[in-house]
Amino acid sequence: MDRVEIALGPLTYNWTAARRASFYEGIAADPTFDMVYMGETICAKRQAINGAVMAEAITALEAAGRKVVHSTLSLATTDPERRAIADLVEDPSLTIEANDAGALRGVVGRPHHVGPHINVYNPGTLEVLAERGAVAMCLPWEIDRKSLDVLIRRGRDLGMVMEVEVFGKAPLAISARCHHARAYGMTKDGCQYVCDRDAEGMAVDTVDGQPFLTLNGLQTQAHAVTVLIAEIAELVNMGVGRLRLSPLDLDMSAVAAVYRKLLDGALEAPAAEEALLALLGERDPANGFYYGVEGSTWAA
Amino acid sequence: MAEVTPLRPASSSDSSIELVCPAGTPAALTAAVEAGADAIYFGFRDRTNARNFPGLNFTEKEAGEAVATCRAHGVKPMIAVNTYPDARDDAIWRRAVDVAADLAVDGLIVCDMGLLAYAAKKHPNLRLHLSVQASASNPEAVKFYQEAFGIKRVVLPRVMSVSEIADLTRAVAPVETEVFVFGGLCVMAEGRCALSSYATGLSPNKDGVCSPASHVRYEQEGDVMVSRLGAFTINRFDAGESAGYPTLCKGRFASSARTGHLFEDPTSLDATTILPELKAAGVKALKVEGRQRGKAYVAQVVRSLRAAIDSDSRLADPATRQLMEGQGRTEGAYRRDWR
Repeated sequence: MDRVEIALGPLTYNWTAARRASFYEGIAADPTFDMVYMGETICAKRQAINGAVMAEAITALEAAGRKVVHSTLSLATTDPERRAIADLVEDPSLTIEANDAGALRGVVGRPHHVGPHINVYNPGTLEVLAERGAVAMCLPWEIDRKSLDVLIRRGRDLGMVMEVEVFGKAPLAISARCHHARAYGMTKDGCQYVCDRDAEGMAVDTVDGQPFLTLNGLQTQAHAVTVLIAEIAELVNMGVGRLRLSPLDLDMSAVAAVYRKLLDGALEAPAAEEALLALLGERDPANGFYYGVEGSTWAA
Repeated sequence: MAEVTPLRPASSSDSSIELVCPAGTPAALTAAVEAGADAIYFGFRDRTNARNFPGLNFTEKEAGEAVATCRAHGVKPMIAVNTYPDARDDAIWRRAVDVAADLAVDGLIVCDMGLLAYAAKKHPNLRLHLSVQASASNPEAVKFYQEAFGIKRVVLPRVMSVSEIADLTRAVAPVETEVFVFGGLCVMAEGRCALSSYATGLSPNKDGVCSPASHVRYEQEGDVMVSRLGAFTINRFDAGESAGYPTLCKGRFASSARTGHLFEDPTSLDATTILPELKAAGVKALKVEGRQRGKAYVAQVVRSLRAAIDSDSRLADPATRQLMEGQGRTEGAYRRDWR
């Protein structure tokens, strides 16, 4: 069986330039990450202020031997948002991960990745995308194990590297309106970049005080952190080609090391799970989507 | 199905802007025909459509009768097959496409790329409309679907401003644009929302449900009525407040910034005040949401919109306003300040 790779997903939070620089310095120094997805997938406004530091990080990552893929915005309606996508897809030297159909159009006919924000639910869609040049695909977070089994096998048959999100806060929704700014009484246009106040997004609780969701700029994420770890052996059997870890404000190299050891047989699943849950600290884990039940639940 | 009499001659459906109306039942379809719909959309009674609610939608036999009724009155029938087919078994989705093709509907409303490919290949003469559930929100995205599957119309997500709609409409011609003007308001990009899946395990994209009734509970706690979806409290209502349906994104939640309707108030889309602007933007069709609504609602809304369109004016019918969820109204993203 092929070696299963480990990828770091795009940073979804609005970290400061300094925090981004030190984070990616660490990733560049860590060969556990076979691939690093870069690019702003949530809000084009963030890109305007962090573009320079992210460009430097990309240079450093590539110099260190990390394979870099450029992820596009998941929702684009305004001219600046469309321009952000065009700037990436019009550069033939870049490997692109498309996160909307507009970006897909820009890369038709050349090898590209399909991101988790493209609705891939069935083999028919896999075939459409493979025909147009997709060589790798990260499946949406809410796909359950029975469907993953079908999709991963079919995707491999079509010659694609099939990737699954195994760690991170699941994106649940995206809006043209910024609910994060709105919570502070502001609008998207005049947001003052309030989404940089929370390193992992702003917690949304029920009015009874139960943790529920996370506001992250235009995106709404889960409160709980998706953790697939006992499930990795099953995913490997299906033929998964790459595991994707979505950055949180913790030691992502330590997280990646757990997955690498598990994949290499240097760590058993129960010990790997224990190690990951320890790294999560106070955060709640979830794996319900994988089992086709409430995504918020943890079937230990 | 009962005989119905349209309020106006069928020829008026050739007018430049088309009124596209919902039907969740044969009775609602008859009401929409009588009230002056130019086109009526409906779906089958299963998870192939995004209003997969108990007691709604059409059997294959009813769909055939509905198409006949539409044809008899010069109304265009459209069928929505607008969820994402199951990876393990897409037979009901393909069957839905084949049945719609046999009925020669005026539009098959689809979101899934695989299903669009199937429909385009198997039924090259079937007119394909890209469902709002595909979330095509810029010209490049619409062109992707046009070039890949030959779509003739796109139903735009409720996330765009009028000027963006105008730009897109110009850019994607000859693909027509259709916009929602009345009814439920998704504040999230449609087809990109898994909030219900997270809370209930049932998915808008896969199962055609949003905040499904099967997972709704109301519990009295002293004077307070609590509404829940799955394990999560969506709202608490004091004595005297009317306890609305716990649609997840319209609930009250707490954050460090504030507590309240963090996503949206319990409000509905009403873009009737900007009908002239939408027409000037070049949109081909105005859509009413509400296949889950009863025939009286459909009759009222369609009649008042028909009158507004025909008189080229802005709807100001208080009786129609009364019908809206929470009785709040918004023009949503059509006005840029909504963002």
